[in-house]
Amino acid sequence: MPEDILVDIRRDYVLSKLRDGERIDGRKLDEFRKIEIKTNVIEKAEGSALVKLGDTQVMVGIKMQPGEPYPDTPDRGVIITNAELVPLASPTFEPGPPDEGSIELARVVDRGIRESKAINLEKLCIEEGEKVWIIFIDIHALDDDGNLMDASALAAISALLTTTVPAEKFELGDDYPLPVRNLPVSVTSLLVGERILVDPTRDEMSVGNNFVTMITDQDDNFVGMQKSGTFLLSEEKFYELMDVSIEKARQIREILKDI
Amino acid sequence: MEELKLIMDGKRLDGRGFDELRPIKIEVGVLKRADGSCYLEMGRNKVMAAVYGPREVHPKHLADPSKAIVRYRYNMAPFSVEERKRPGPDRRSVEISKVSREALETIIMTEMFPRSAVDIFVEILQADAGSRTACLNAASVALVDAGIPMKGIVTSVAVAKVDGQIVLDPMKEEDNYGEADMPFAFVIRNGKIESIALLQMDGNMTRDEVKQGLELAKKGAMEIYQLQREAIMKKYRTEEEEE
Repeated sequence: MPEDILVDIRRDYVLSKLRDGERIDGRKLDEFRKIEIKTNVIEKAEGSALVKLGDTQVMVGIKMQPGEPYPDTPDRGVIITNAELVPLASPTFEPGPPDEGSIELARVVDRGIRESKAINLEKLCIEEGEKVWIIFIDIHALDDDGNLMDASALAAISALLTTTVPAEKFELGDDYPLPVRNLPVSVTSLLVGERILVDPTRDEMSVGNNFVTMITDQDDNFVGMQKSGTFLLSEEKFYELMDVSIEKARQIREILKDI
Repeated sequence: MEELKLIMDGKRLDGRGFDELRPIKIEVGVLKRADGSCYLEMGRNKVMAAVYGPREVHPKHLADPSKAIVRYRYNMAPFSVEERKRPGPDRRSVEISKVSREALETIIMTEMFPRSAVDIFVEILQADAGSRTACLNAASVALVDAGIPMKGIVTSVAVAKVDGQIVLDPMKEEDNYGEADMPFAFVIRNGKIESIALLQMDGNMTRDEVKQGLELAKKGAMEIYQLQREAIMKKYRTEEEEE
């Protein structure tokens, strides 16, 4: 019960600040929190990244191994994305099989990487129809202070950028860097009445789970979108979101270019 | 496979123009036990929707003292696709169920039925691209048939980018080999599209193509809406005549 009361208080606070056009942490409506990316944090993984988005922390580890291709793409590597919202990251996460929240998270992150063709999968064919590289992208949420979506997407592409294909380990020649050729960036916004709040915190999310995620590639094209939550989106806001998402993604992409 | 041309002489593989829907058939009240039901065909998609409720919530701890909970289950029959689908929910259907439920929850007047549940079950008997949109259209009609109070009706349709062209209501080949897929659902009230209830997208589209897609989807949705309306009216007109 005390948790419920706190949620009410937070919601009132967020909304009262917003009436004056302000956010509780002093950010502008379209301002991301501070982004910190550390790569190669796990030696045993082929690639890894720890992303801090304000107080939200997500770790992504990449593991690769040879395996069978899908029958319809016999000459291409395979991407498998999974997300675990472990109970360590939030009082509301419970152990057990992935719920719809973590499945949605993993699938939207996967969409951005897959549809932007960020990884050159043709270069991950070992023997056509028989053996290709399987890339496992495992998203591990560590601290959920809101917007796990963008933090996870950022951690995933950061980890991929530093991934080495472990060919030697499987006696398949020399190790080589994973061929990454695009930088998809996810921008999630919270819709509160007429306002669009980019990169919402957990406290801001107490006003309702009304999100839209838009993922763009390095040519400013849209490669993935997902409306999430029980709310109605006006056409006008939809167009506004597209513009905000393109602009914010450009800024974040600059950070990725330094990896 | 790469050479497969999806558009020839301005026509699509099945002879449709860019802005044409596949043929749609809607039947209302086709199941006896359910409180509301609908059978719908959209091209080669064949789906059956049933609504139960408002009814008691099981398990009880899920009940919300302030409103009804809405549950939605998108389930594909093992024989509905080319290669047999393993029965039960997979990750794709969990995600589709989530966004579909959220779309319908925006129009159901849940506050009228505290501590109860509105359960929506949709079975895909045959799938051929756009099954989530076919299911939402069927579910929407089944909700009306069940007499659930709603603020409007949900109508859903997808658009795709195929050989660089934005097309309405993609079929399987266009979905598989096209460049992008963007399913929408709209809330229609008093005969007008009011807002977007479901939005997903994957593939690659410019801002202008997205805009073009939305306009095309709205046109398609209005046509589907008319068919949903006619199907509902037809059932109740027949019942009146029988009395």
